[in-house]
Amino acid sequence: MRPRSDLAVLRPGRLPYAEGLALQERLVSQRRTGAAPDTLVLLEHDPVVTLGRGADPAHVLLDRDRLAARGIALFETGRGGDVTLHAPGQVVGYPILALEGARRDTHLYLRDLEEVMIRVARDFGVESGRIEGLTGTWAGSEKLGAIGVRIHSGWITSHGFAFNADNDLSLYGVIVPCGIRGKGVTSLARLLGRAVPTGEVMERFEARFRDVFDVAGDEDGVFVLTECA
Amino acid sequence: MPVDVIMPQMGESIQEGTLVKWLKKPGDSIGRDEPLFEISTDKVDAEIPSPAAGVLKEIKVKEGETVAIKTVVAVIETEAGAKAGASAPAPAPAAAEQPPEAATATGDGPKPAGSQPPARTEPSTPSRPTPAPAAGPSGGGGGGGLRTPSPAAQAAPRGGGAVTLLEERLRTKSSPVVRKIAAEHGVEIGDLTGTGISGRVTKKDILGYIETQESAPAVPQPAASGGAPAPAMEAPRGVAAFAPGERFERVPMTAMRRKIAEHMIMSRRTSAHVSTAFEIDMTRIAKIRAARKDAFADRHGVNLSFMPFIMKATIDALLAYPTLNASIDGTDVLLKKDIHLGIAVALDWGLIVPVVKNAQDLSLAGLAKSMNDLANRARSKQLKPEEVAGGTFTITNPGIFGSLFGTPIISQPQVAILGVGTIEKRPVVIDDAIAIRTMAYFSISFDHRLIDGAVADQFMARIKKTLQEFDEAQV
Repeated sequence: MRPRSDLAVLRPGRLPYAEGLALQERLVSQRRTGAAPDTLVLLEHDPVVTLGRGADPAHVLLDRDRLAARGIALFETGRGGDVTLHAPGQVVGYPILALEGARRDTHLYLRDLEEVMIRVARDFGVESGRIEGLTGTWAGSEKLGAIGVRIHSGWITSHGFAFNADNDLSLYGVIVPCGIRGKGVTSLARLLGRAVPTGEVMERFEARFRDVFDVAGDEDGVFVLTECA
Repeated sequence: MPVDVIMPQMGESIQEGTLVKWLKKPGDSIGRDEPLFEISTDKVDAEIPSPAAGVLKEIKVKEGETVAIKTVVAVIETEAGAKAGASAPAPAPAAAEQPPEAATATGDGPKPAGSQPPARTEPSTPSRPTPAPAAGPSGGGGGGGLRTPSPAAQAAPRGGGAVTLLEERLRTKSSPVVRKIAAEHGVEIGDLTGTGISGRVTKKDILGYIETQESAPAVPQPAASGGAPAPAMEAPRGVAAFAPGERFERVPMTAMRRKIAEHMIMSRRTSAHVSTAFEIDMTRIAKIRAARKDAFADRHGVNLSFMPFIMKATIDALLAYPTLNASIDGTDVLLKKDIHLGIAVALDWGLIVPVVKNAQDLSLAGLAKSMNDLANRARSKQLKPEEVAGGTFTITNPGIFGSLFGTPIISQPQVAILGVGTIEKRPVVIDDAIAIRTMAYFSISFDHRLIDGAVADQFMARIKKTLQEFDEAQV
């Protein structure tokens, strides 16, 4: 496959959810005017429960005040999907892409995001896969990565995926993840029985995202000085 | 005349969609491509733009209803006489059902879950961003609200279709690094034969090409901006590098050293460098830092140094004086809308300037984190090429080695560079008394072609004021 376009990767660190939303909003409008290239934002969020458009409020098991008492914020958000949770140690990816041509297919886009997560897990020696009808990435019957996407006019994407690298899984006790009962959640750290630095996971996401979406990096794989002071 | 709005097909295997929300009410007027309604399929929400400009006449599908694709969900009445909309009824996503390049991809089809993603064959000509409706009838249609330019055309400096195509062709054939090298050396990438995938010009190709060109006699140099022609690394004529009998060891320059050397000479030749210096009282910042650094490190995982404050003040001043965040293109000035802040990082083996992109969007903590991350990865050689490209303004920090102030060389194509001198306690006269204050000299080198001394000094005065009166709430 031929590298098709440039991809910028932003790693702003750990942000409150609202800042992540604002960042996406700016990037989407910049992407639309061509002021920004396709961009992959990789970050961590402060603990937050988010409800997608299709969310059933009954899938949040605590009310806003009780969540707040546990340091967990609550947001309703414009992505697809049900309820999910973000917390430090989880790698969240927001691809802000202008989909073109044959890529203008939401199912294909979801499968591609799953593929990125599957390949990242494999890089750590963990085999995961898909379950028909349940978007996301699964290790056995436990969910490793969740997906929720928004397509803006002009086929600009936002939101994206959340991959459990090394987050506190006990926080999931406050929700029914993605509204799917009877399926557990897991993380790379739990599967490997060791700590997994999110920085390493983000490195792999960057590489695997480029592979799957065949976008250009520097093919020589070295950094080159292009600006000097 | 009425135009039907249909439920678009958002993917080959998708046969229906749920109308989640109407963004307009019947009777509302709407522009072409303005979001009209939102739909939901599986894990995806999408906003669907209007296929035409006009008035929303009728809504046929209620919120919450799921309907098959191609179902008419609404009717738009276009303005009288405007026939353009009628001939382009498909909303943008639907228009993509049959984009030219889909023909080759269809055979692959999306595979069922569990398999690799389908190989997507594409014609070797670039897929243009598909402004299908815009490219077609709207051009002559004259509907008042039509917005014709495609994103790509807007992004192109002067918008000509041919320019965009060429740009895109080059883009698909070469990486950002290659394009950058090509621009610096005035090489037309299209002239080269690439050895990379699909004939893509690789870095090796272009460096090889430049080498042969530069060693060849009488290379016609591209007239860059001023028409100053000499190759950047030309050895000074008539001055021997060594005297007979002189003892030396010959060491080839590293690639980085050569690049720095080339760039410095090129910059000196390009810009009319002038420097000015301000003394800034950093006592307030030092106090804020002392009070907040533990909490900051706990909360954000990075140390709170002086640099994020300086970056914040610089960003503020750049927003106030946009000519400092600009480039010169021939006789035009390009005022950059985004601030991509280069931060010079000294390395044992040279110097690198990672760039904090869209710095105007970042909080103090965001600046601290991205700078920390970039600097760490610069030292471990983990930076990606795009992370050292595209800067619009640079900050360098000679002060860390004790320098009072520097007169740095501008990083082209930027027009100014800020130097931060050593930050230390000094005796200062305040109200006729001698006080001990934390002080630093800040210097700036600016391109006098574009920036006059008065503007540069106002810019510096603004940084000084921001730092001396820093709003602690930002920490």
